[in-house]
Amino acid sequence: MTEIFGVPTQALWGQLMIGLVNGSFYAMLSLGLAVIFGMLNVVNFAHGAFYMMGAFFSWMLLNFLGIGYWWSLLLAPIGVALVGIVIEKTMLRWLYQLDHLYGLLLTFGIALIIEGIFRDQYGVSGQPYDLPEIFKGAFDLGFMMLPKYRAWVIVACLAICFATWFVIERTRLGSYLRAGTENPKLVQAFGINVPLMVTLTYAFGVGLAGLGGVLAAPVYQVNPLMGSNIVIVVFAVVVIGGMGSILGAILTGIALGLIEGLTKVFYPEASATVVFIIMAIVLLIRPAGLFGREK
Amino acid sequence: MNAGVGSQMNATEAATNSQAASALQVSDLHAFYGESHILHGVSFEVKRGELITLLGRNGAGRTTTLKAILGLTGKRTGSIKINSAEAIGLAPHKIARLGIGYCPEERGIFSSLSCEENLLLLPMVGKNGMSVDELYTMFPNLKERRLSQGTRLSGGEQQMLAMARILRTGADILLLDEITEGLAPVIVQTLGRVIRALKAKGFTIIMVEQNFRFAAPLADRHYVMEHGKIAAVVERHELAAKTEMLHEFLGV
Repeated sequence: MTEIFGVPTQALWGQLMIGLVNGSFYAMLSLGLAVIFGMLNVVNFAHGAFYMMGAFFSWMLLNFLGIGYWWSLLLAPIGVALVGIVIEKTMLRWLYQLDHLYGLLLTFGIALIIEGIFRDQYGVSGQPYDLPEIFKGAFDLGFMMLPKYRAWVIVACLAICFATWFVIERTRLGSYLRAGTENPKLVQAFGINVPLMVTLTYAFGVGLAGLGGVLAAPVYQVNPLMGSNIVIVVFAVVVIGGMGSILGAILTGIALGLIEGLTKVFYPEASATVVFIIMAIVLLIRPAGLFGREK
Repeated sequence: MNAGVGSQMNATEAATNSQAASALQVSDLHAFYGESHILHGVSFEVKRGELITLLGRNGAGRTTTLKAILGLTGKRTGSIKINSAEAIGLAPHKIARLGIGYCPEERGIFSSLSCEENLLLLPMVGKNGMSVDELYTMFPNLKERRLSQGTRLSGGEQQMLAMARILRTGADILLLDEITEGLAPVIVQTLGRVIRALKAKGFTIIMVEQNFRFAAPLADRHYVMEHGKIAAVVERHELAAKTEMLHEFLGV
């Protein structure tokens, strides 16, 4: 068997692939966080809870209503977005004038409540979500086996991230969002309904987290704690990439997934902490993040 | 039903003002930033097609008056009628849609948007907006720089862009805050020509201006503000007689 630095190449490729899958989820979640932070000035600590909610909605759709994977890709994120709209309109709205800290505390509280509800109902053990038939099996790439579903997750996440980036940076709709992020008061004085834009931005951001949850359901188990497990890493990703930078969030997410995968191969003991070590180093050298602008 | 009330108001106004309809009528306007009370009962009226200035020292409340009209201050009381519609209780995006175009003091060009994206950002608020081609003829520099990042433009180009984008929206009332500030004399001259052309086209213009020599030949009337109130009104034909007084107020 071929080896690189004493590591079998099969193990290396395998871990890189898992890293890429994780990185795709990091990218999708941190992208939503970055968009929300840009427009609302709120660090959305409930992001992980919305991700978990997306996974649970898709599990519920399947088990209670018999609605399969493809429809839940559409319906579960819409459900999550609607919950987001209610939360933005009834609670978050009152905090925009205040320090970031208040939004962070509120969303942290919301995350605990949402998680608590699901734990109460489903306990802490995971619920399995069966793969759709079409994704069973794997591609044989010669040097490694690539499970079909993982390939789909990577492709889908990257496509969604690219589409989001394109809409924000290259379209008319995106120019509203960019201008609103810079100076919401002036944009509103020009006649654009900024409060509505803010609500929709939040709905979109958490909907993206929900979509991540649906994609994740067959990979990991559907578990009330799946959100809080991933969200800490995702916050590290956003800090490393730079708050409010769209492209930064995407690239950093994928890169850190890969770095985590590599660490698992070469020094497994550090794989859980490597992201935070990188975060500390980046904060020391570039406090605004790799892609962030100093303010 | 709304249309009925509107036309009724127009009719009564036409009866009281035989000359021209009022484009902007501000009565007893008070405005606050948080706890601090900035405007103390500002009243003035601008008829359709008129150009007026708000003069005064820094901190007299001129910029705040514009912001209060747009709904950008904190609490406001009094009355602001824009094209005969009461605007005091409206959200800012609805106020703009009554036909107001705003050019802020800091110009408000968005750095994450290209020149052309800045130009196209604003929604239509009236019927007779100028087309992008017309605007590029009026401001040829903007066409050359249309793909540049908004804040990479020179100060003069940014000011032209800030003007051009509100002319595209069809707004018929323009609120212009210190448009000549920090610009080279040749650009100030260009702006003077633009303003004159706009006035000839029938725009109603409210200017906050530090540069009195720029504003004097353009304006129909000057309002001098002090301590958040209108302290004096000087009509165009009174300028020569009241120069002494103006200098005193403005501390020139």
